[in-house]
Amino acid sequence: MDIDWAALGQVFGVSLVATVALVGVFTLGIVGGSARTADGGTGTLARVGSYAAYAVCAGAVALGIYTIAA
Amino acid sequence: MEHFTLLIGIVIVTALVFDFTNGFHDTANAMATTISTGAMKPKAAVTMSAILNLVGAFLSIEVATTISKGIIDETAGIRPEVIFAGLVGAILWNLLTWLGGIPSSSSMALIGGLIGATVASVGIGAVDGDAVLSKILIPAFVAPVVAGLAAFLATKLTYRAARNADPEKTSRGYRTGQITSAALVSLAHGTNDAQKTMGVMTLALISGGVIAGDADPPLWVIASAGIAIALGTYLGGWRIIRTMGRGLTDIHPPQGFAAQTSSAVTILASSHLGFSLSTTQVCSGSVMGSGYGRKGGVVRWNTAYRMFAAWGLTIPAAGLVAALAALLAVQGDWGVTVVAVLFVAASAAIWAASRRTVVDHTNVNDDEPGTSAEPGDRGAGDGDSGVMTAAVQAVSPPPAGAQRGDSPSDDDPNAAERRTPSAV
Repeated sequence: MDIDWAALGQVFGVSLVATVALVGVFTLGIVGGSARTADGGTGTLARVGSYAAYAVCAGAVALGIYTIAA
Repeated sequence: MEHFTLLIGIVIVTALVFDFTNGFHDTANAMATTISTGAMKPKAAVTMSAILNLVGAFLSIEVATTISKGIIDETAGIRPEVIFAGLVGAILWNLLTWLGGIPSSSSMALIGGLIGATVASVGIGAVDGDAVLSKILIPAFVAPVVAGLAAFLATKLTYRAARNADPEKTSRGYRTGQITSAALVSLAHGTNDAQKTMGVMTLALISGGVIAGDADPPLWVIASAGIAIALGTYLGGWRIIRTMGRGLTDIHPPQGFAAQTSSAVTILASSHLGFSLSTTQVCSGSVMGSGYGRKGGVVRWNTAYRMFAAWGLTIPAAGLVAALAALLAVQGDWGVTVVAVLFVAASAAIWAASRRTVVDHTNVNDDEPGTSAEPGDRGAGDGDSGVMTAAVQAVSPPPAGAQRGDSPSDDDPNAAERRTPSAV
């Protein structure tokens, strides 16, 4: 019997952590981008945070494409 | 190309047909939730997926060379007839599961077909039982669990994080995220699955002596495999899309995003870390996980059980058909001809059966018969059997009673009562 438990465990761990992290970060981006201050404008901090979150996700997508092509 | 015989030509064409069925069978993986949440229009979604599958096919030949070079060493003398028979088994199983609208793994069908054909022509000793367990059975259990759990947690998280946000404003973001994840799944699918066909085509060319044993796939092989899978994807297996996008659970934009991201991450992680998981099984798991992640979400287990049954049957069924085909095909030219004729006839019959109830881009988002939450629609559940052939009934054992019992209105006091007598 030759089951690669280490690879299996890695796949389990990486998939779980990366999925939850990415979805979490992207959700912060969405929430930050849609947040409104009392006067109706978008808060600078929220907007910057939102862009930062999207940038992280874009990086993850680039990594994904790299993984596919490699 | 003096060795390019008619038989090799037939094998190449059959491999491309398999590639085509692989494409339309697996459109659902990337695009089912994208279509059902309305993130993209059905036609736009399959077009994008098709283009990315085509692009993906050109990105790498690593998997293809593993297949063509890895197998030829062990089974020196593998014959084109055997590959042909294996492909026939895989294609027929793909068509049958498509007719039933069941998401099942095309790769597993291909493996099952090749195993069956090999056993019939060489003997049972040719199959490595350990390899079947470690490379097929365990991943088949692992894939939906991993992806489902990830999608479940991610769905919970995103609903919680965005609970104070305006759904009107967030849904655009969710759609963008979902389309991006779906694009990655499509690209990965083109790379992985088109390469499997390339590997088989190259194997046939090598076994016929057309190209050298250590040759890489020729460019025309790569191009034709990419085009075949893209065409299949574009035509879209709408029946399977409907099952995955509507049949298993009701998907809202945040769930679609979480499910699709979980699928993309799990597929990429598994292929990168050397523990290959079936795209179909990963995506089905994600959809189900995200179904439970939303408050009040339900998973329609009758549809899920039908899908699980099909997964269990994929290898034996494709293998059995392939074995019978192999027994005929190795008899010589007349045997190959008989297999080819029967194969075309069976495919035509399945296609004809599918025309009785057409599912296409216009009605893909309608409720699947028998899964509607409306009690008044109960009769439609029985009507379900009308659209399936007897053969599909055999592989998909949901009795109408189980369908009722597991339908969303479980709070119906009569449901439990009705379930008991007719349960499997």
